[in-house]
Amino acid sequence: MNSSAPGRQLSSVERVALKRESRRNILLCTPAMIVLFFAASGPLLVMLVYSFLTPGDYGGVVYKLSSDGWFRVFFHQDIFDETVSVASAHLSIFWRSIKLSLLTTIAALILGFPTAYFIATRPVKSRNFWLFLVTIPFWTNLLIRTFAIMELIRNRGLVNNVLMKFGVIEQPIQMLYTDFAIMLGMTYVYLPLMILPLYASMEKLDFRLIEAGYDLYANRFRVLRKVIIPLVKPGIVAGSILVFIPSLGAFVTPRVLGGGKNMMLGNLIELQFGQGRNWPLGAALSISLLLIVMVAMLLYVKNMQKNKGEQN
Amino acid sequence: MLPKKRFSVRRLPGFAVIAIACFTLLYAPIMILVVYSFNAGSSIAVWEGFSWQWYSAAWDNEMVQSATFNSLVIAIQASLYATVLATMAALGTTRTKPYRGQTAIYTMINQPLMVPEIVTAVALLICFAVIKQLTDYQGLMYLVIAHTAFCIPFAYLPIRARLEGMDRALETAAADLYATPWRSFRQVTLPLMWPGILAGSMLAFVISLDDVVITEFVKSAGQDTLPTYMLGQLRRVITPEMHAISTVLLVVSVVIVSVIFILNRSKN
Repeated sequence: MNSSAPGRQLSSVERVALKRESRRNILLCTPAMIVLFFAASGPLLVMLVYSFLTPGDYGGVVYKLSSDGWFRVFFHQDIFDETVSVASAHLSIFWRSIKLSLLTTIAALILGFPTAYFIATRPVKSRNFWLFLVTIPFWTNLLIRTFAIMELIRNRGLVNNVLMKFGVIEQPIQMLYTDFAIMLGMTYVYLPLMILPLYASMEKLDFRLIEAGYDLYANRFRVLRKVIIPLVKPGIVAGSILVFIPSLGAFVTPRVLGGGKNMMLGNLIELQFGQGRNWPLGAALSISLLLIVMVAMLLYVKNMQKNKGEQN
Repeated sequence: MLPKKRFSVRRLPGFAVIAIACFTLLYAPIMILVVYSFNAGSSIAVWEGFSWQWYSAAWDNEMVQSATFNSLVIAIQASLYATVLATMAALGTTRTKPYRGQTAIYTMINQPLMVPEIVTAVALLICFAVIKQLTDYQGLMYLVIAHTAFCIPFAYLPIRARLEGMDRALETAAADLYATPWRSFRQVTLPLMWPGILAGSMLAFVISLDDVVITEFVKSAGQDTLPTYMLGQLRRVITPEMHAISTVLLVVSVVIVSVIFILNRSKN
């Protein structure tokens, strides 16, 4: 690796070799890039254009520029007297999505923190096994996991049946098709995304620092608050963002567990391409969602970089 | 007085209890689903004896048959294409000096992981609607291409991890022994990176098999896969056939993920 020492001028032979290598690399990546452009990034650009077109009568668009789609994200125009008011239905769905995602994140943190700590304090040999147990549900079908929750909490499901059998309740509790159901479902499906980054930072915990805390007469709670939590903060931030992002864009879980009324952003977007028949509005809503997610993603990257900087 | 337990620095009271509760929460709902797929009755709350009837009912259901066929056709093709593309991309981005455009390539590859699925799904719906109108082609290829794209990062990550752990010295030795670049790739590089490729392709297969959102938006009429068929059924009356189908899909995922886990472990 001496040849790449910084500051040394490259000989012309080396420069040619380097150029050839980077050409080879780019050629190798080209096929993947073409497919990804065609079926991932390109369509996003097309959608951006669509958000500025005029909606067609039966779905689709008319190729005429219009700001109607974006206008309707925030405002509602009455069809009879054309008065403009704030689109409270849309804004309340935005708000519900953010609220439910935050609640999901908090619930996942409360459950995930002790679990990650538990795994990190197991003997080194058995840790992999526990991690494997966390990963398995993550790689199984999200729809099936949501379905499993649905079957548990429905009116004649196991939870209500058991509660009624023991006389805790007389009538089944309506849990399915509520905001609680959505939150429970999202916590369930995204929990591994909280545990894994938390574990990654807890694994590096220096227990001598914790011991020092106890030596200085701190009790367990104080050690947790003043030593452990500050040390694993990067893991807390990373896990929270990793749970928050997919929750915000969730589609399957609110559709199955929320029923028709309790919509989240993903379902509002779907509506515009189905019964709503307003593709530009749907496109504008999708891009709004993407923007919120990108802000969260930037925070995540910043957190990772800061974390790396502190380690070096 | 009770004998006092030795003070442990690592223990935090209550944490183990929550952790066990957490693992129970992770597994109990799926386990219950699996157990009740063998229920002779049609309820998920009352056990009426063991039976295979829901499996045979699902097996005889023509909708399920065609959905299974579609799922397999798409997943096999998409995971194959994604693995080939990801292998090439991994060779082009690892064990090399940084070059211009490398960051852009990483961003492209990771895009399906970062953009919410519903956003990609809607964007694909828009684009494919235009292409469908222009070309009149309605076949499964739209789904195969869409699945290939979002499978690429999943295939890429294990392959890249494997490549990064590989020593260049062996390939240099092959070159010193007058192997052509192609031959040294075929006889040295490829066998060494094989576990990564295997893991990547299996991961891509599982991801494609389990996809709901993008498939739901891209599919044309009659192109249901198992997950989109299930999503449609969940809106109607749920029959225990759903439990049987879920169980089969779960078993496939768990087996494949376990194999990947073992493949990764034997590497170390």
